[in-house]
Amino acid sequence: MNVWRLGWLGVLLATLVGCGEASGVHVVLTGSSTMAPLVQAAAQRYELEHLEVRIDVQTGGSSRGIADVAKGLSEVGMTSRALKEQEKAGLTQHVLARDGVAFVVHESNGVEGLTREQAKAIFVGTVTNWREVGGADAPIVVVNRPEGRSELDLVSVFWGVKPSALKADVIGGENQQAVKLVVGNPNAIVYLSMGTAAYEKSAGTPIKLLNLDGVAASVKTLLDGTYPLGRPLVLVTGGKTGAAARDFLDYLLSSEVDGLIEEGSFVVPQR
Amino acid sequence: MPPPPKALEAPWPTVSHVADRVAAGVAWTVALGVAAVLLWIVWGLLRGATDGEWGGWEWWEWIAQKPQKLGVQGGIGPVLVSTMMILAVCLGAALPLGLGTAVLLTETGATRGDARLARLVRRSLDVLAGVPSIVFGLFGSVLFCEVMGMGFSIKAGGLTLACMVLPIFIRAAEEGLRAVPETWRHGAAALGLSRAATLRRVVLPAALPGLMVGLVLGMGRALAETAALLFTAGTVLRMPGSLNDSGRALSVHIYELSMFVNGGEPAAYRSAMVLVGILLVINMLAAGVGRLGVRV
Amino acid sequence: MFERHYQFVDRAGAVVLRGCGVVSASVVLLIVGFLMWKAWPAATEIGLLHFVGDTGWHPTEGAFSLVAMALATVAVTLGAVLLAAPLGVASAAFTRFYAPRWVAGVYRRGVEVLAGIPSVVFGFWGLVTLVPLIARWGGGAGASLLAAVCVLTLMILPTIALLSETALGAVSGDSQRGAAALGLGKWAMLRRVLLPAALPGLASAVLLAAMRAVGETMAVLMVAGNVVRLPGNPLAPVRVLTANIALEMGYAYGPHRAALFLSGVLLLGLVAGGVLLADLLGRRERQAVRRG
Repeated sequence: MNVWRLGWLGVLLATLVGCGEASGVHVVLTGSSTMAPLVQAAAQRYELEHLEVRIDVQTGGSSRGIADVAKGLSEVGMTSRALKEQEKAGLTQHVLARDGVAFVVHESNGVEGLTREQAKAIFVGTVTNWREVGGADAPIVVVNRPEGRSELDLVSVFWGVKPSALKADVIGGENQQAVKLVVGNPNAIVYLSMGTAAYEKSAGTPIKLLNLDGVAASVKTLLDGTYPLGRPLVLVTGGKTGAAARDFLDYLLSSEVDGLIEEGSFVVPQR
Repeated sequence: MPPPPKALEAPWPTVSHVADRVAAGVAWTVALGVAAVLLWIVWGLLRGATDGEWGGWEWWEWIAQKPQKLGVQGGIGPVLVSTMMILAVCLGAALPLGLGTAVLLTETGATRGDARLARLVRRSLDVLAGVPSIVFGLFGSVLFCEVMGMGFSIKAGGLTLACMVLPIFIRAAEEGLRAVPETWRHGAAALGLSRAATLRRVVLPAALPGLMVGLVLGMGRALAETAALLFTAGTVLRMPGSLNDSGRALSVHIYELSMFVNGGEPAAYRSAMVLVGILLVINMLAAGVGRLGVRV
Repeated sequence: MFERHYQFVDRAGAVVLRGCGVVSASVVLLIVGFLMWKAWPAATEIGLLHFVGDTGWHPTEGAFSLVAMALATVAVTLGAVLLAAPLGVASAAFTRFYAPRWVAGVYRRGVEVLAGIPSVVFGFWGLVTLVPLIARWGGGAGASLLAAVCVLTLMILPTIALLSETALGAVSGDSQRGAAALGLGKWAMLRRVLLPAALPGLASAVLLAAMRAVGETMAVLMVAGNVVRLPGNPLAPVRVLTANIALEMGYAYGPHRAALFLSGVLLLGLVAGGVLLADLLGRRERQAVRRG
């Protein structure tokens, strides 16, 4: 036990930690948590063929994904909506897949579908009981999504209101949390990635995807364009996107990930 | 504390007698209530953890498994590895620094400059001990992840935690060092030992139990921490390849499973049991080692 | 010759030690510095008035009011302290004066176990046990101000109980024997002699616990529902300042991020001030005991 030696050891360790070599190539993707599981799965396959590359997928919402690429903090951004005009400067969009935003309730809920206006009334708080939209006599528990997520942006544009006009009883962050909240409360309603919801439902989770304006929420209606709340899943690149990242991007946009896209209940884009 | 002599209590029931009974009743009720809640929590966790039979494995097998489906299935192998790596970085940075500071606070101070420095150090450590963990998270994400360019990494998480456990370790180490009688130091000086040698051969070995208590308490705090790790070590659920990778600590795993993952409760229960188990062992160690303190 | 070697070693050692001390002391300054640096745009680009004057917290629309969340923090902390302080002091009195020795020992160990449960586990327990209970009794989602207060109460109770016990222990002894000599019963002794004498220590314990409640993130985050709204209805959800940082740091960029750092600075100032005050109270009490 020697303080001095320990002290030096500390200094040595600090230096080691400080200069820690970055082994191999690191590609960082940030953004939409809807896309993260899909990209993560593709990354795992990609890493098997490219042992020197390590791909880190961090979730943080679509807006953050775009901002990170614009500032050069990440090489590829993931965003589950098209870029807004003011965001486009210097960035390139690549469509990875198509998805929609679905309204989701518990399986035991008697309501089968909502119109655009009914859904809006529920989320701005003018309708507070399921009876008013044809369901059982029970209070509606409204699950909203946090700011910075594309689902919130999309539905507020869809209804023509500001995000701040929407009322909530609970905030559900990630898609998984949104599903979890609905599973845990038979009177809850939430909107989230259609692909994630469909995937959960097919795995036996007791949820129901509501019809919107009489159109079923499904891959078919997304493909033929009749479902009113479709959206692209977009990969964003900018000036700082390096060679390794571009190679991974090419892989993501190739037909090799079609299987993964379908597995995630998303729609393969026309290439 | 000797019990009050019986003879002095009034032998007849008085108003104060009744008040005494009521107060005793209240104290017992509160204590029973607290004990009941504790049992409720522990029992709930135990039941939840043992319900799913650890996903078909024995618990020691489950611990080493790879997680699947966001952790709903499989075990917590990579999570434990990440946790240990974060802990190692944390202790690797905090121990030497903390030990040096503790020695400074106790063994020096002859000069006025040192005394002033010691006072400053103590005051700032008092404040540091009170900083909320989420603030450490903010700080770590700026200094380590952003400014020092570590990104989401085990390194950044460990160093953030090091800042957090520093005051805990220093305080315990200081107490351990102070418990070494002054006469031992005088004796060593009389034998002509340098201060360095005194420290190394006499004081530190004698203070070892105190230092161990500090180490163990620091470990406990680091293992229990979640908020400071969310934006520093990150939440990536895979086996870390190096200290530069993001890694999910056990506490963060519990948070993610219970908040964000549908059907994550059984795995969260099990992870919580593992974490609480480790912490209980650590606390018992701290209590046990503390009792080994210097006896003269 | 040996002498000189010794001197060198001693001097080098002293330099290393001072270095350690300086680094340890500077961590706090670094924290304050970096937080201020990142919070600065909040003052320059947004303007501090917006943090109290805006309507609501909608960072993407340029509304940055922290009022609702600050009040929620106050409400949650106040609720937890009001519940935990009497319970904690009663539990300390129980172990010191009412319980048989072995019961006190077992009970104290139990309180220590409670203190050792990490906040994320408290949050998880609240989420799977308390929240559904509250949803069943009170309706709604269950994640609420009430749930946060309950979980926080349990978390700070051990702090208050253990520290109060120390404070009571410090003032018993002489004054206790004196009170006994006057023929006071246990309750009268507690109420008239010990509790008043231990008041600074008890206040310090409660203050420390309150600071812990203000700074607590995970447990509150997991059970409070996290909707930004003025606290009022105990069954309605609230979002506290710490939870806001944890929830939105991942999404935030630009002025939004600066606003989160600003709330971090706010928390830091509040909690550090409280801890120093608690320290002062504790010190004064120790001095009083020494003099007395």
